[in-house]
Amino acid sequence: MELVSRLLGGFFNLFEPLFRAGQRWLGFSRLGWLFVAPNLIVFGLFTFLPIVINFVYATTGGVKLYPFDRPFTGMENFGILFECRDYFDIRTCRKDVFWRAMINTAQFSVIQVTLMVGFSLVTALVLNRKIIGRGFWRGVFFYPVLLSPVVVALIWKWLLQTQGVFNAGLVAAGSTPVNWLTEAHWAFSWTVFVSIWAHMGFYTLILLAGLQAIPKEMYEAAEMDAAPPWRTLTRITLPLLMPNLIVVLVLAMIRAVQIFDEVYVLTGGGPGSATTFIVQFIYQTGFAEQIHLYGLAAAASLVLAIGLMALTIVQLRITKASSAGQRAR
Amino acid sequence: MLKFLTRTRGRSRLDWTDWLSYAYLFVGLFTMFAPIIWLVMSSFKTESAISLFPPTFLPYSQKSVEVQGHDKPLPLYLTKDAQGNVRPMAQVRRIGIMATMVDPASPGEEIRVNINDRKPINEITFALGNYTELFGKFNFERYLWNSVFITVVATLLTLLINSMAAFALSKYQFRGQKAVFMLIIATLMIPPTIILVPVFLVINTVGLLNSLWGVILPAIATPTGVFLLRQYMLTIPDELLEAARMDHASEWRIYWRIILPLAAPALAVLAIFSVMWRWNDFLLPLIVLSKSEYFTLQLALNSFQGELNTQWHYLLAMTVITLIPVTLVFAFLQKYITTGIASAGVK
Repeated sequence: MELVSRLLGGFFNLFEPLFRAGQRWLGFSRLGWLFVAPNLIVFGLFTFLPIVINFVYATTGGVKLYPFDRPFTGMENFGILFECRDYFDIRTCRKDVFWRAMINTAQFSVIQVTLMVGFSLVTALVLNRKIIGRGFWRGVFFYPVLLSPVVVALIWKWLLQTQGVFNAGLVAAGSTPVNWLTEAHWAFSWTVFVSIWAHMGFYTLILLAGLQAIPKEMYEAAEMDAAPPWRTLTRITLPLLMPNLIVVLVLAMIRAVQIFDEVYVLTGGGPGSATTFIVQFIYQTGFAEQIHLYGLAAAASLVLAIGLMALTIVQLRITKASSAGQRAR
Repeated sequence: MLKFLTRTRGRSRLDWTDWLSYAYLFVGLFTMFAPIIWLVMSSFKTESAISLFPPTFLPYSQKSVEVQGHDKPLPLYLTKDAQGNVRPMAQVRRIGIMATMVDPASPGEEIRVNINDRKPINEITFALGNYTELFGKFNFERYLWNSVFITVVATLLTLLINSMAAFALSKYQFRGQKAVFMLIIATLMIPPTIILVPVFLVINTVGLLNSLWGVILPAIATPTGVFLLRQYMLTIPDELLEAARMDHASEWRIYWRIILPLAAPALAVLAIFSVMWRWNDFLLPLIVLSKSEYFTLQLALNSFQGELNTQWHYLLAMTVITLIPVTLVFAFLQKYITTGIASAGVK
């Protein structure tokens, strides 16, 4: 304890003269810049500068890492990504894995988000009832949210392996074992299930907070009118929860489009490219394969960025519209 | 007992919708925790027990005994001898379908039986060796240290620079302040996944590739952190600062001695989040740290499970160790996390 306070004191003394000098030099009101400077430097170096350089990568070719060593190729990277002989058959595309990843990501996002938000809504509605031990139950659904994606993937990989407990159950029931993670349809379904398992607690929490913000008087009024529970749900709860529900939908969508970690460890993108998603394509093109095609990876991440931007705009518009609607009400 | 279980808040008795709710919750409890409990139980199985099919819930392993005249303990079997008597015997060796058995009580006498006439005697043993052997055998303490170092240092730096920025944005009026705030909030919309290549370039250029600092520095400024702390600091009354300035306290002293202690609850929330982000981080370490001596626990787990002969008994033990810190955070600090999420909508 003594040591910690000495350390902290030393740290304090280290910076005090710097800020005193800063105040003399900048004047009081501009001292704020000194306080935000570290933050801005980090953001500038690791967020804003990269945004700019990303365009440089996307429009240059070759395998060199340093932008000045890379020949300018214009839109060629995008051409490579999207070139197909027959657009109705992705096997004829030059980068068929990219198309596969796009389609997989779209399918995954729609299915996963629909199911997950559905389950989260049901769970939040149940938790919002008069339940004994609500804090405990909320924690039950929330716990997996805290686990690392790698741990989540390994837990399920262990259960789903050929010699695992799921197959033991099948054999005990007189059926034959299934290769859960090496049959395309099963592998895809399990990535959906595992990601729902890992993340639904987070959305349940947001929806529950929304439900608890609905004024009690609303329900009292409904009870006075002897409204059946179903009508209370569809006429009071759901409409008032709508803003939260939309935020949750878009947030979940933005996360789902960027799915990578869990799936990468669980299936490695396989079998074949059945569970390869767009971020994994970026990672593999830019970093994991023998030849690092930085330009192609950057171009693919710009495609992803456009998708995310569209989702964000949708979110902003809807939240604006719904808050305006609420004010009108 | 039944009365306690079926009591309700306010209403007289449980109706069918209540039963349905509790049924749903118990299914949820099972779905969420059964996989984790299975993982923990499996991590205590010996190497031979873990490859058994069908798997058992409890970590069984075959009993073995010391027999005089043999330097290694011999596995015990319930053996039917030629007379049809069944007794526990130790196996000396096995050739084809015939096994040579010895009675531990009288080590001199050996008999040969068909392997179908003997059944292994199992007992519950927790193979703690899975855990203890990790240290030393796989450079595990290195990975653990890397993870702890990244988590602790990154969290301290995150708290420091984000609280400094939040202080400036909440307690000063300077030109460009609004713009700075908007700029910081705007970075919320730029997830690391879309700037992976150029971030790699920057880290490489500043010489932090294959360095723990290359994982720590790029993410110490977080828009979430600035936002969370700023909202909290706005509630600290300005009069406190004015009084300190009257006493000629320097601005750094005001920040360090007044603002930081008062913002402790918000700092605690950010600290918890930062610990979890860093401990669980995967994609950034994956591209920055390629040499195995710099691996974090997450990277080590990933590279282990990718090996051809996955040694599941070690891998599972390692997984359990990796989820311990997060479980502790969950057990003791759940309330902070849930309020953090409810107030900032972040994870």
